[in-house]
Amino acid sequence: MRSIEPWVNAPLDRFLMESSARVALLMTSSGQVVAQHGFTRSIDVMTAAALGAGIVASTDELARQLGSRRFGSLVHQGTRQQVFLAAFDLPRGRWIGLVVFDGDSTVGLVQLFFDRLVAELAALAPPATTGGPRPLPETFERDLNASLRALFGR
Amino acid sequence: MSGPAAVLERVCAVRGLRGAVIVSSADGLVIAESLMEGVDGRAVAALAASLMLRLRRAVEAAGRSAPAFVQLAAEQGSVLAAPAGDDLVLVAVAGPDANVGLARLELLAAARSLA
Repeated sequence: MRSIEPWVNAPLDRFLMESSARVALLMTSSGQVVAQHGFTRSIDVMTAAALGAGIVASTDELARQLGSRRFGSLVHQGTRQQVFLAAFDLPRGRWIGLVVFDGDSTVGLVQLFFDRLVAELAALAPPATTGGPRPLPETFERDLNASLRALFGR
Repeated sequence: MSGPAAVLERVCAVRGLRGAVIVSSADGLVIAESLMEGVDGRAVAALAASLMLRLRRAVEAAGRSAPAFVQLAAEQGSVLAAPAGDDLVLVAVAGPDANVGLARLELLAAARSLA
C-alpha cells in the first residue's frame, strides 16, 4: 500500500486486511490519487482514478436530475471480480474510494468495513489547509511525477 | 417453503435468542432480519456470510461436504448459522442463557423450509 498522505495508511491497511479486497484507491473528487493498493502500473492507477471520479460525478448529477440526494455507493458485479465505488465527505473535502474484490470477499463485507474506514478517516483527517500551495501549470508535471513516485515507490 | 418473516418468527421464539437474520450467501447482505436493539444486522450478515464461505472452502479442501450447521461460541453467547440451499444462510445470535440445542433444531428446520 502506498500513499501521499501518511495518516491514511493505518486505516486503509486495516480495511484491506479485514475486507480481503484486492485493489483499493483513495482519491479526491477531482481524481487526484491519495493512496493506492494493488496497482502495479502508474498508468492503471491514473486511469482508474479518472474513471472513478467521472462515474461519481455522473451519478451525482443523475441524482440531482432525479431530485434526490447523492447516491451512497455503486457496486458493479462482474463474473470474477466486483467493483465498489463510494464518495464520502472529510474535513479536507470530498473523497472517493474505489475497491476491487473477488470471491474472497462479499459486497456486505466491503460495505461494512468501508463505512468503518470512512469513520476512521474522518476522525484522523487533519483540517483542510487554506493557505497551501496551489497547483501551477509550470509545476503540475513535476508535482504529478512526485506523487506517482510516492504511490509506486520509484 | 415459508416466507422470511414466518421463518424468523419461528427461530426467534427460542428462549435466549437475541435475533436472527436471513443472509444472501453470495454477497453477505441482509434479506430479512429480526434482531434486538444493539445487534448490528448488517455486520452479522456480512461476517457470518464470510465465515460460512471460508468454512465451506476449508471443509471442501479437506474432502468433506459443506457444513450443515455452525456454532461459534463466545463468552457472552453464540452465533449459530445454517445454510439454506446454495443462496441463503440463516444466522441466529444467542445470548449466554439461550437453549442452544433447541435453537439448533429450530434453525435447521427453518433453513430446510427456506431452501
